[in-house]
Amino acid sequence: MQEAFIRWIVLFPLLGAGLIAALGRRLPRAAVGILACSTVGASFAAGLAGYFRLADLAGQVHPAAAVLTDHFYTWMALGRLNVGVSFILDPLSSAMVLMVAGVSFLIHVYSMGYMAHDKSYWRYFSYLNLFVFFMLLLITADSLPLMFIGWEGVGLCSYLLIGFWFEDPEKAYAGKKAFIVNRVGDFGFLLGIILLFWSLGTVDFAGITSLAPDKLAVGGTWVTLITLLLFLGATGKSAQIPLYVWLPDAMAGPTPVSALIHAATMVTAGVYMIVRLNVLYLMAPVSMAVVAAVGVLTAIYAASIGLVQNDIKKVLAYSTISQLGYMFLAVGVGAFSAGIFHLVTHAFFKALLFLCAGSVIHAMGGRQDIREMGGLRTKLPATYWTFLIATVTIAGLPPFSGFFSKDEILWQAFGGAKGHWLLWLTGFLAAGMTAFYMFRLLFLTFFGRCRADHETSARIHESPKVMTVPLVILAVLSALGGYWGVPEVLGGAARLHHWLAPVLGNENGTFRFEAPHYSHAVEYLFMALSVAVAAGGIYAAWVFYLRRPETAGSLAGRLRICYQVLLNKYYVDEIYNIFIVQPVKLGSTYLLWKLFDVSLVDGAVNLTGRTVRGLGRLAARLQNGYAQVYAISFLLGVALVLGSLLW
Amino acid sequence: MIELSELLLLSAVLFVLGVVGFIIRRNILIMFMSVELMLNSAGLVLVAFSNKLGTMDPQVFAVFVIALAAAEAAVGLAIIVALFRGRESVNIDEMRLLKW
Repeated sequence: MQEAFIRWIVLFPLLGAGLIAALGRRLPRAAVGILACSTVGASFAAGLAGYFRLADLAGQVHPAAAVLTDHFYTWMALGRLNVGVSFILDPLSSAMVLMVAGVSFLIHVYSMGYMAHDKSYWRYFSYLNLFVFFMLLLITADSLPLMFIGWEGVGLCSYLLIGFWFEDPEKAYAGKKAFIVNRVGDFGFLLGIILLFWSLGTVDFAGITSLAPDKLAVGGTWVTLITLLLFLGATGKSAQIPLYVWLPDAMAGPTPVSALIHAATMVTAGVYMIVRLNVLYLMAPVSMAVVAAVGVLTAIYAASIGLVQNDIKKVLAYSTISQLGYMFLAVGVGAFSAGIFHLVTHAFFKALLFLCAGSVIHAMGGRQDIREMGGLRTKLPATYWTFLIATVTIAGLPPFSGFFSKDEILWQAFGGAKGHWLLWLTGFLAAGMTAFYMFRLLFLTFFGRCRADHETSARIHESPKVMTVPLVILAVLSALGGYWGVPEVLGGAARLHHWLAPVLGNENGTFRFEAPHYSHAVEYLFMALSVAVAAGGIYAAWVFYLRRPETAGSLAGRLRICYQVLLNKYYVDEIYNIFIVQPVKLGSTYLLWKLFDVSLVDGAVNLTGRTVRGLGRLAARLQNGYAQVYAISFLLGVALVLGSLLW
Repeated sequence: MIELSELLLLSAVLFVLGVVGFIIRRNILIMFMSVELMLNSAGLVLVAFSNKLGTMDPQVFAVFVIALAAAEAAVGLAIIVALFRGRESVNIDEMRLLKW
């Protein structure tokens, strides 16, 4: 059904970005902040209206037909290729729109406090609004090319915001790293789109879903290649092995940016894309296995690095990578709605964790090393309580939302049709590590005695209301967000699962997610195991960092090699540097620049120039200024012409 | 009665004199006169053929050539006078600035 207001969900933030970019320098700070917040708020309101309209429609027509579309204009029509700037609001995109616009709004409000003293206030809000525009475009796009515009746009905004304080070369470098690593993934994404168009002749999602089962062979080379290439794009954008390396460095940006872009929204784009193309992925079992394996490996790998990091934001960054791994595990075993469920709850609690970290950093005067913190519980009560809720949520203790979403994923990884006990076991161990490193962070930051120097600790103060109110709202959402997905076995309604059902699978149900077939007792057992491993992780953290703080140090001393490997992130940056970055640099310098460009390209150009110049010098001698020489050549010319005519 | 061939021969001699004069003399005024000689040799050919063929058309041409030559002489002599005033010389070899 055509609904013309859908476009405004996307366009409001663009309007805000444009206005702030044009007028921000002359407007007072309060006006810039309020303008930025209100455009995102307006988007959220439009999204809410769309959601209610959609829910209304779903009751009246066939669930698969309950889709709101808005054709804005035709972007390109070339032969078979017909791409419109059209937006769709179906159950999947409406859930994403509400999450993105809602979390963005809270983070915008928070930013008004966090960035209050920054000299580039208006530039910050302009970028932030532009980011929300591209993110919503990515979500509501009805075709892959339009999604790609959003995909690249969020990458651009990510680059601009990571390097927001570009006077610091290290931060500018982090921005570049994020952009270049993403470029590798985007290349795969673009190739995937081109191959998809080549094999199907269509690039809009409705067309792909309906044509793919007829035109492509299940498990065939084409569909596998396409889905793997698209997944390469997802590993870049969503920071999975092997392209995750940019995300920890992306912490150089302002903390609200880390919360918005590098925790809640942009990095989940890859998961969203796979769920959007779920029919295509279900047709390629090999790709699904790859997605699940990469996801679960990333989950445990990043969690293990998170165990020993000392920078509050770095711990959260590795935690984000790990949690994204869970989402890919979910979609990899075909549990798409569980993936989206975890995506939404993760957006709440991880945004909250980052904003709390921002509040701590704000209080500590810019310090981020948790070894210099401690004892902040009494000094920052609001931050402490909200951080505690978020930590319990991510650790996976009931009844907070993280328990429901993570347990659902682990259960599907074990019992789903595409599940495997190895996937479950790896994810299960990662869940224990998650509980450990999050409580380690909590204990080191908020408990014990304050390890900051005297000058810093004297100035520690709670953040202003404009920052703590969003924290409280997000804490409520983190705690209660699980309500949308309480599984039926626990007496819930699994509302999100039913809400998303129409967009999963194709119309005649050939490719559909199959629920695990086990008795309730087994499911209860796995829930108990999940809670037990989380509790175990928390207990270990408690012993190590509160009860006997010396244990951690002595264990690190005994396992020195392991500790060093983890602390240095498995030396992956160094390995990439030796095997990829340096060869590319050397190759560019000596082969492409000094050999190819200077010798060949410049050589060819210069040779052409010199040849023409030399010939010109020779010819110029004929024109010596003597009129009578011209006369003779004229005469000779006439004689020649006449002679040849008369011959 | 003068034969056509004699007239053409005369015309050719006049033309060659003009060409040679133009090429070997350095004095612009003489070169200019050589050009006039070439023009008039062409006019002579026209008149000779008019006589031979018994039509007036070539003579019309000849009159045009004379009119053109008059106009050309006016302009050309004016240029030569201007050149002489500027350079105190009519030697063509000294006027070779217009080149690469």
